[in-house]
Parts: sequence; structure tokens; C-alpha cells
Amino acid sequence: MSFFHRHRGLTPYMLLFPGLLWLAIFFLVPLGFLGYQSLQSGTFDVGYAFDWAWGNYWDALQRYHAWLFRSLLYAGLATLLALVISYPLAYWIAFRGGRWKNLLLVLIIAPFFVTYLIRTLAWETILADQGPVVGLLRDVGVLGDNGRLLATSTAVVAGITYNFLPFMALPLYVALEGIDERLIEAAEDLYASRVQAFLRVTLPLSMPGVVAGTLLTFIPATGDFINAQLLGTPNQAMIGNVIQSKFFNLLDYPGAAALSFALMAAVLILIAVYARAIGTEKLTG
Amino acid sequence: MRFVRRHLLTAYAMLAFAYLLVPIAVVIAFSFNNPAGRYNYTWKGFTLDHWRNWDGVPGLREAMTLSLEIALIASIVATVLGTLIALALVRYGFRGRGGTNLLIFVPMATPEVVLAASLLTLFLNVSLFQLGFTTILIAHVMFCISYVVVTVKARLIGFDRSLEEAAMDLGANELTTFTKVTLPLIAPAILAGALLSFALSVDDFVVTYFNAGSRVTFPIFVWGAAQRGVPPQVNVMGTVIFVVALSLMVVNVLYQRRREGQPA
Repeated sequence: MSFFHRHRGLTPYMLLFPGLLWLAIFFLVPLGFLGYQSLQSGTFDVGYAFDWAWGNYWDALQRYHAWLFRSLLYAGLATLLALVISYPLAYWIAFRGGRWKNLLLVLIIAPFFVTYLIRTLAWETILADQGPVVGLLRDVGVLGDNGRLLATSTAVVAGITYNFLPFMALPLYVALEGIDERLIEAAEDLYASRVQAFLRVTLPLSMPGVVAGTLLTFIPATGDFINAQLLGTPNQAMIGNVIQSKFFNLLDYPGAAALSFALMAAVLILIAVYARAIGTEKLTG
Repeated sequence: MRFVRRHLLTAYAMLAFAYLLVPIAVVIAFSFNNPAGRYNYTWKGFTLDHWRNWDGVPGLREAMTLSLEIALIASIVATVLGTLIALALVRYGFRGRGGTNLLIFVPMATPEVVLAASLLTLFLNVSLFQLGFTTILIAHVMFCISYVVVTVKARLIGFDRSLEEAAMDLGANELTTFTKVTLPLIAPAILAGALLSFALSVDDFVVTYFNAGSRVTFPIFVWGAAQRGVPPQVNVMGTVIFVVALSLMVVNVLYQRRREGQPA
């Protein structure tokens, strides 16, 4: 221990060292390799060599901007749906949950306890052509007699929404739970209607939760390829599907790497724009 | 009017709960289904066969074993590394705190496919690594560390340091204080971080799929099965994982409620 006493200033660095080293070698360095790979040219058979092949990015954007756009669109729609579904739910638990709050929260994250792929396959069952949902929608005429849900954009967006919903609901709950109810009562005492009190007090105070939830849902959703693969067709393919197929079917590593970088850049830009619009400084919590 | 609104919100919340829980019910129900062909999509009749014969699908047991092995090792390593980082962040002032926080946060904010692709390019370009058990393990530890840090940090911030000071005043040295006072108090958070890591690891598909080489974990097995028709045994496994995880979570919640219910 005497070593620690003599070098107290070193202690935090010694605590940090192994974990940060791991993150540096297996998170930061790989990002460097991703960039390195994305600028290589050649073919799989001959081998790839690094030669500042910026053309890979141009090719990626030119050929796959539709996939990139579709990914951002699906992720955006799913984020919006998740917000609409989970805000009232989080509100209800925070203000009406009473002593059952924590157990109700367990119900919100319950989907996470079912393996991701298995719960997506459950949606395949639910939305199947012979399934109850399609039957009902055909009966009431929303879908035509041969209308389908599976293999459509609706199914993919529904799957993404479901899979990432707890990421939205939890931060919303944390924000709403932290609101002092006396503030809402005060607003009502000062003759605000319930709607006004909500819009002027509750909603602004819950904004940190909305921001956190939106990011936590949107970011992972953009890169998802499982929902598009299991619930959609190649027409619903997202950028993740392209990256996956370039790595494993086409063996076009530079192209795959360039697309991965493009995805990350697109996400970062959107987050920056969002952060500016919302004006939240403490984005990282 | 107020009555209506109150119940409207409750009704909406119930619908939302139904939306969250119905797919889980489907997973469980179809583990008892007796499908005619190889597609387990429509309800044909009740059977316990798949539960009795859970091991009846080639490759499933091996995949599950691999997933559990990886999750066990990855969660232990990530928990140790993450707890040390959390201690440093909460307990010490040091230069580079901002950068450290960023390095913890960014992996959680990166789309999984980007994490997966960048690790794969590392393993493809550096011949030191052969895709397989080790590379899966490396990847899982990497994405679990951040979650452990966040979980343990939350607990450490609410920590009453006067307890440690009391121990020191009574003559305990730093090491004794840490093992006898600090560690027992933050143990629930460390355990929560470990369980979270375990769950993330068992569930992970994207990063694993990219970096597994020819090894097959449980999610990769399900992915392969999805192309040819998923056997009901997969639902059996899914149900077992669900029940175990849910039980642990409920026990944790009830335990915390008891602790909080006690007078301080």
C-alpha cells in the first residue's frame, strides 16, 4: 500500500488503465482500421491494398443513397412511433403507478428478456398472412383480400419500433418520475387548464427524457438489418443489410467499410442538427 | 370529463402493455405448438414434446453452451474493468475525465453494425487474430464495459462516504475499508452490471455474427434456422431465457424495495 500512498495521483490512472486500454484497442483502433479498409482498392482474389481510394465513398453514396435514406426514414418513423406509444405509458407509470412502479417498469423492459431474433420472429408469426392481424384488417377492408403485412415497409417499421421501444420508454419514465408534482398542482392553482399545465410544465420538464430516448432509439435503429431481413423483402433492405451482404456475400470489404463510415457520419450529422434544434447541452448525460 | 380522461390514459397504457407483452406470449405459446410441417407459424395443437425433447435439434445445445460460456467470461471481465473505471470516475479528480467519459459513451451511441464492421476489419487486417471464440469474447467485453460503468457509477454517486470515513477513523486502512465497507455497499450495483453484461452478451447477434468466423452462438443458430423454418425448440430456449431473466429482475426489484422500505 505504501506505493499507493506515495503516488496517490496515479491511483485513478491505474484504475482506468485496463478498461480504457481495452476500449482503445477494440473500439478506437478498429474505427481506424475501418477507415483504412474503406480507402483500399483491389479485389478479394487479388487482395486489397491501401491507396487512398476515395472513390469507394463516391460509389457507396451514388449506388446506395436510397438504402441509406431508407434506413434513416425507417429509423425516424420507428422513433416517432415509439415516442407516441411510450410517452403516455411512461406518464401513466410515473404518476399513477404508485407502489407498483418498479414492477411495471420490469414489464416495459420484459421484451428485452426475449432474445432479439426470437421476438422479431414472433412478429413474423403475428403479421403472417394466415395470422389474426391480417385477417382482421382484411375483414374491415383496410387491407385488400390479398393484402399482406409481412414483407412490407409497415412490418419492418413495426418490428423496429417494437424492438427499440424500451430504449425510448425508460429515459421518458426517468424524466417524468423526477418531476415534482407540486409544480403541476401550482400551475393548476394558478388557473392553468390540465392541457396548459401539461404543455407548459410537464412536457418541458420531460424534454431531457425525450431527447435521450430519441437518440437511444434512433441510433441503433439506423444500423439494424434483422427486421428488414426477417419481416421485409429486398425492397425494404436497409443500409445494414447492404453492409452485411458486402462483407459476407460479395466480399467487398472496402465498399462495406465505406458504407459503415457513411452511416456513422450520417448519424453524427443528424444528431448534431438535432442537438442544435433542441438546444440541449448535456447530450451525453 | 376528468373521469373520462383519467380512464382514457389508463386504457391507453393497458393497450401499450398489451403491445409489449403479446409477442412474448406468442413466443411462449408456440413452444407448446405442434406444427405440421417445418414452419411453426400457425397454431395446430398443444404438446409438451418440444420441452421434453429440447435437445432434439442438431447444433442447438452446442450453440447454447457456447453462448453461455462467452457470456460468463465476458461479463466477469467487463464487470471488473468497468467497475474500476467507475471507481476512478466517481472517486478521483484527474486530467482526462472528459475524454474518458466520451470513450465510455461513444460505443453505446454507435450503431451496432458499425461496431461489428470495424472490429471485423481489425481482425481481417491483423493476422494475430483468428475469427472464433477469442474474437467473440473480445467484442462482447468491449460493448459490455460501458454499460457496467454507467450502472456502477449511478450507485457510487449516491454513496454515503461518511461510512468509509468512520471505518478509517476506527483504524481501518484503505484496503480494509474498501473490502469491508465500500465493496459490500456497491456489490448490488456490481451484480446488476454483471447481469446486464451477461444478458447483452447472450442476446447479441450483430457484432457476434460479424466476428464469429464459423462458430455458432445461440442467436446465430436462430438466424440460420430462420432461413429454413424455426424449430419449436428455439421457442423453448427463448422461453427459458425469458423466465430466468425476468425472475432475476423481479427478485432484484423486490429486494431493493425491501431495503428501501427499512428505516435507514
